[in-house]
Amino acid sequence: MRMATPMFDYDFMRTAFAASGVAAVLAGTVGFFLVLRGQTFAGHALSHVGFTGATGAILFGLSPLGGLVGFTLVAGIAMGLFGEKLAERDVAIGMMLSLALGLGLLFLHFYTSAATQAAALLFGNVLGVDNSALLTLLLMAAASLAALAFILRPLIFASLQAELAEARGVPLRLVSAAFLAIVAIATAECAQIVGVLLVFTLMVGPAAAAQNFSRRLAVGVALSAGLALAEAWGGLTLAFYSDWPTSFWITALSGLVYFASLGARRLAA
Amino acid sequence: MSALRFDDVTIRLGGRDILSAASFAVEDREFIGMLGANGAGKTTLMRAALGLAPVASGTISVLDQPVTRGHPSIGYMPQNRGLAPGVRLTGYDVVASAAIGARFGFPRLDKAMRREIDWALDHVDARDLARRSIGELSGGERQRLLLSQALLGHPRLLLLDEPLISLDPAHQKSVVDIARRLRDELKVAIVFSAHELNPLVNAIDRVLYLGAGAAVIGPVDQVVTGPVLSRLYGAEIEVVRIKDRFFVMAGDVEVEREAHRHEHGHAHGDAHV
Repeated sequence: MRMATPMFDYDFMRTAFAASGVAAVLAGTVGFFLVLRGQTFAGHALSHVGFTGATGAILFGLSPLGGLVGFTLVAGIAMGLFGEKLAERDVAIGMMLSLALGLGLLFLHFYTSAATQAAALLFGNVLGVDNSALLTLLLMAAASLAALAFILRPLIFASLQAELAEARGVPLRLVSAAFLAIVAIATAECAQIVGVLLVFTLMVGPAAAAQNFSRRLAVGVALSAGLALAEAWGGLTLAFYSDWPTSFWITALSGLVYFASLGARRLAA
Repeated sequence: MSALRFDDVTIRLGGRDILSAASFAVEDREFIGMLGANGAGKTTLMRAALGLAPVASGTISVLDQPVTRGHPSIGYMPQNRGLAPGVRLTGYDVVASAAIGARFGFPRLDKAMRREIDWALDHVDARDLARRSIGELSGGERQRLLLSQALLGHPRLLLLDEPLISLDPAHQKSVVDIARRLRDELKVAIVFSAHELNPLVNAIDRVLYLGAGAAVIGPVDQVVTGPVLSRLYGAEIEVVRIKDRFFVMAGDVEVEREAHRHEHGHAHGDAHV
């Protein structure tokens, strides 16, 4: 009976807590600016492109995480370079999203023992993260947060007032491409925890809730990261004691917090 | 020294000459009202002065220097479309992001920067407004707050693109009064574009009228006349003057009012060109 053993006695649980913590802090922080820029759909699409990368990598005997990161990164930079206009065009992004999923399905078709791999990619498998993967997640998160800190000033300026930022000499395209590259890494990390289909739950849910709770930028970013962390760890804990899937619990908590924030916003208004 | 000088400037966008060999100069500490039909190039002219629109021929100079992107002596207020509608951040955070956003790095507001932001907010009476969420401000309050950003860095030339759009007459008057006060207190030159002359007519020093690729600058009663405007609009124009109010008529349609009415329906022609 699981109840009898504290969850931190298990090696895989400690690793899962560490991995989901790293991914959640990154997702909450990056997601805040994704929501601020109104590019959440682009983030969603990037995760689906990642699915193609991961299945393709499996098919060719490469590391799925490598394929996931590589594909999302290239797609993110490309979307950024095409400029704000394309990145906001829902139809183009939606087509890219389904094309990517379809291609991923084709790769799975060629790869015979695909069912478990596919489920893990689509819905996440945080309990399957090993120590070397954890180290990779940690390094990528550190690099992404450092890059984000570097572009933060022009990013916020361009997100709020693109025309004025351009006039003041901010290189909009460069900032946009750099930001979507960071989003790509965050997406790939989230996909490890909750799967490509549910990336929204950690990238967008906490960030949108934080923007409903606070009007201050710095408070909002910290709150977004904190909420993402609480939801990820809360989901893991609930999954451990209930034996229901972790990703289900994280989406449940994320949804609960988001809808509570809508209520709080209405009360405050 | 001229604050802004166009010498034989041609700007071509999408195969059309927005300006062809246009020359004019805005003098130091001058308050210029810029008028013209939709698509006449008011926004494009400002973007060209900011180094954002390609110039086919001729030279543009700002304070006797060639145009560069991000020129520190120009304060710019784009047309009020840029701000994301769902943003609930405080006005202060929005202004602060503009104050430090032109450089890379982690955002930190030092004392000098806070003083600069407060100084800019005080000049448009927006210190209290800045504590509120930008989404909660009325149109006039929002314009004042956005106007404060144009003052950051103590510019010598302000380019204000349609600050009166969607404002009721009382708020239009307050924005024009603030602009006039800024000209006097900060000793800046101002180019203020608008759809209607009347809210500006008592405040401006001269008018810059655009149309048919040309730019005509001069005192209101020399520029806003039937013959000059007929040339700029490419149509028979009659100007009716009642005391300090001007009515620009094409046949029985009042031209400026018509343009303004369209503005509310959809994005107009010279956006982003």
